[in-house]
Amino acid sequence: MKSAVIVFPGSNCDRDMAVALERVTGVRPAMVWHRETALPAGLDLVAIPGGFSYGDYLRSGALAARSPIMRAVVEAAGRGVAVLGVCNGFQILTEAGLLPGALMRNAGLHFVCRDVALKVESSQSVFTSRYDADDEIVVPVAHHDGNYQADPETLDRLEGEGRVAFRYAGACNGSARDIAGILNETGNVLGMMPHPERAVEDAHGRTDGRRLFEGLVEAIG
Amino acid sequence: MKTRVYVTLKNGVLDPQGKAIHHALEGLGFTGVNDVRAGKLIELDLDPSVGEADVEAMCRKLLANTVIENFRIERDAAATEARA
Repeated sequence: MKSAVIVFPGSNCDRDMAVALERVTGVRPAMVWHRETALPAGLDLVAIPGGFSYGDYLRSGALAARSPIMRAVVEAAGRGVAVLGVCNGFQILTEAGLLPGALMRNAGLHFVCRDVALKVESSQSVFTSRYDADDEIVVPVAHHDGNYQADPETLDRLEGEGRVAFRYAGACNGSARDIAGILNETGNVLGMMPHPERAVEDAHGRTDGRRLFEGLVEAIG
Repeated sequence: MKTRVYVTLKNGVLDPQGKAIHHALEGLGFTGVNDVRAGKLIELDLDPSVGEADVEAMCRKLLANTVIENFRIERDAAATEARA
């Protein structure tokens, strides 16, 4: 599986993502700086990592979403290339219009940094095929703006189309319907606040995130 | 020319920051505050050639996230201020 990790000024999970991808896929991902205008040819996966791109100025992910490489990412997503956005990556994907809704300041205003239990809502995607629906997994979160909000019609549509990929098993940050991760209409773009790349090997203390990457290898080579 | 863009959360969108400010005001003993909503003010210094439609495009493309925010444009803010 040929993958790339996009690096923005202020990204801080880009290397974690790269290590996880290399461990699970066996191939080192290309690290692509945000000023680039094109992605490497023949990519199977683009990962948008966590962090605080542009210091969260204006809105989390807002400035990164308008950087040159994102035009190429939007174009690749349209061609069916898998795109995974984690944490700040999820915020960037909503700001770029690849996913609906917005991620607002956590309801309790606190930065939430802990392991959380997630319920796998859908195993029908390239990202979740190695999980079973209703599986409960534990993955860390670390964010200030993870409060997912969208209008009721959008939320109903996401639920009705099986596009809620993960849900917090308990209250986490005020997200509407406890949504932790969502898919786009065609199922090839996933945004999620929890960090699967921080739960892939025994030394992490947990390995529940590993199956997400294994599923990708299985589904797209 | 100075133009101001006011970005505010849409009605019905939960505003945790406004809520916290509200609580703090109450903690200071201010009564009669029914609600607090926090927003942003963005000041642009623009060439006269930049039209209203351009500013609106800036708002829609970047300055506001229209999923959760409204925006209001105040052109020639300096002149407005002088009249006030």
